[in-house]
Amino acid sequence: MASTTPPTRTANAQLTRRSFLESVSTGWFIFTAACIAGLSATARFFFPNDLFEPPTRFKIGLPENYAPNSVDENWKAKYRIWVVRDGEKIVILNATCTHLGCTPNWLLTEGKFKCPCHGSGFYRDGINFEGPAPRPLERFKLSLAADGQIEVDKSRKYQKELGQWNDPDSFLKIS
Amino acid sequence: MEFAEKIKHFLDWLLGPVTFFLFSVIGFGAMIAFRGWWTRTPVALSLFGLSVVVFLLSMTDAQFRVIIEKPDNIPIVIMLCSIGFLLWLAFRKMAINDGLIEQGLPTIEARESKKRVMCWPDLIYSEFLIAILVTIALLWWAIEIKAPLEEPANPAVTPNPSKAPWYFLGLQEMLVYYDPWLAGVVFPTLIIGGLQAIPYIDMNTKGNGYFTFKERPFAITVYLFGFIVLWVLLIMLGTFLRGPNWSFFGFFEYWDIHKLTSLNNVNLSEYFWNTWLGMPLPENIFLRELPGFAVVIFYFAALPPILANTVFKRFFIECGFIRYNVMANLFLFMAALPIKMALRWLFNLKYIVGIPEWFFNI
Ligand code: FES
Repeated sequence: MASTTPPTRTANAQLTRRSFLESVSTGWFIFTAACIAGLSATARFFFPNDLFEPPTRFKIGLPENYAPNSVDENWKAKYRIWVVRDGEKIVILNATCTHLGCTPNWLLTEGKFKCPCHGSGFYRDGINFEGPAPRPLERFKLSLAADGQIEVDKSRKYQKELGQWNDPDSFLKIS
Repeated sequence: MEFAEKIKHFLDWLLGPVTFFLFSVIGFGAMIAFRGWWTRTPVALSLFGLSVVVFLLSMTDAQFRVIIEKPDNIPIVIMLCSIGFLLWLAFRKMAINDGLIEQGLPTIEARESKKRVMCWPDLIYSEFLIAILVTIALLWWAIEIKAPLEEPANPAVTPNPSKAPWYFLGLQEMLVYYDPWLAGVVFPTLIIGGLQAIPYIDMNTKGNGYFTFKERPFAITVYLFGFIVLWVLLIMLGTFLRGPNWSFFGFFEYWDIHKLTSLNNVNLSEYFWNTWLGMPLPENIFLRELPGFAVVIFYFAALPPILANTVFKRFFIECGFIRYNVMANLFLFMAALPIKMALRWLFNLKYIVGIPEWFFNI
């Protein structure tokens, strides 16, 4: 009884410590690679193939095209702006409500912009007068290009409450 | 016909912002004060019958039908009905139990818990039946009423009116009165946090496992005011009464885009300096907003101690300093919404503190 042979695991004879570690690390490697591939595929989604971002600088035609004392809505769908002309100057209004960013509507008969989300109202010059919007609509930079057209630059904006509406770039004087 | 038109006009007037809110609050008070009367089965049944009749008569009005039959709005109608029923059930049991407790008898729930119901077949059968009925109803609903799909989204076109999902309409209504950082961030956080805090604030051990009003009048009134008036009724208001340009429209009123409501809003600073003192707004922002800051600081710093010495004296003694202050401040935050609504509607007050330069408005 003293000399019993130690139990051998004949059934698993092929599975040595080395081959076990090899297969585990191969599996782990594949798993990690799959995870990385999946994550990078997900990250890829954040960079779409095609971006429908309108340019921030664009021309909107001759100043004469805009009738005095009018609000022009033709560029709203494309560039989200209104072209507002009063007696002697043209300004570009950002068609984004200063409350939470909805797109207000221009109500011709009432002569005001009115936001459908919480009811903010703005005069034609962009000044807020009703509803919750805390500040006037923003204006964009505009200038006369060499060909006589108006050129809008949406990367520069002017806010009334910061006293920026006096900036000569924020409006266009019409002689 | 003349008469019906008159009634519709009257109801539309009743559903204007000021009257609607005023009468909701009065109705809420009456619901609590007369709970012993209106919950009695004949009274409750007649009230129910009356509202069904009014509803059916209203359905003859084209404008009313348009609003009610919108696929989006049908669940709201169902929700209002079920809340009405549950309120009745709870108040009925409260009224009965309060009477029983007064006579020193065991409550309904104490009696019921002595009885036993077999799980099989009694419970399983009814559950099974109800599951079948609900499935049928949902299937019918899904087939019969088309989903209100719209055209693809376009950032340049905001639908008019633009409504949040129904469960957020209370929040959207809050946004009309408070700045986004308050109504969209601070208040929702406080609502969730405040609801979670209730068990730690509430020192009253009564009313556990049975309905009672008399043993917890403050807790029930405050909670129901927040839930019924400030949540459910605001959802109803947002669903049925807010129309194009976010203007108010009565049930029978045509949703006219050109409806003109003057909402010329004035800040407290303008009231204070221009109207009352008759001088121009000071240049310095802090000086300009001084009255607003004073009001806000008074509201949150001075009111809790004042209340502790007057109406909340008992709470203060029971709860202790910290618990009382948490409770009082949550209470004041909740009260801030109806207060601001009233100020807006009655005085066109826009912001108490208004510093658009820093995006800071209260
Ligand atoms: S987003 Fe325009 S009023 Fe709120």
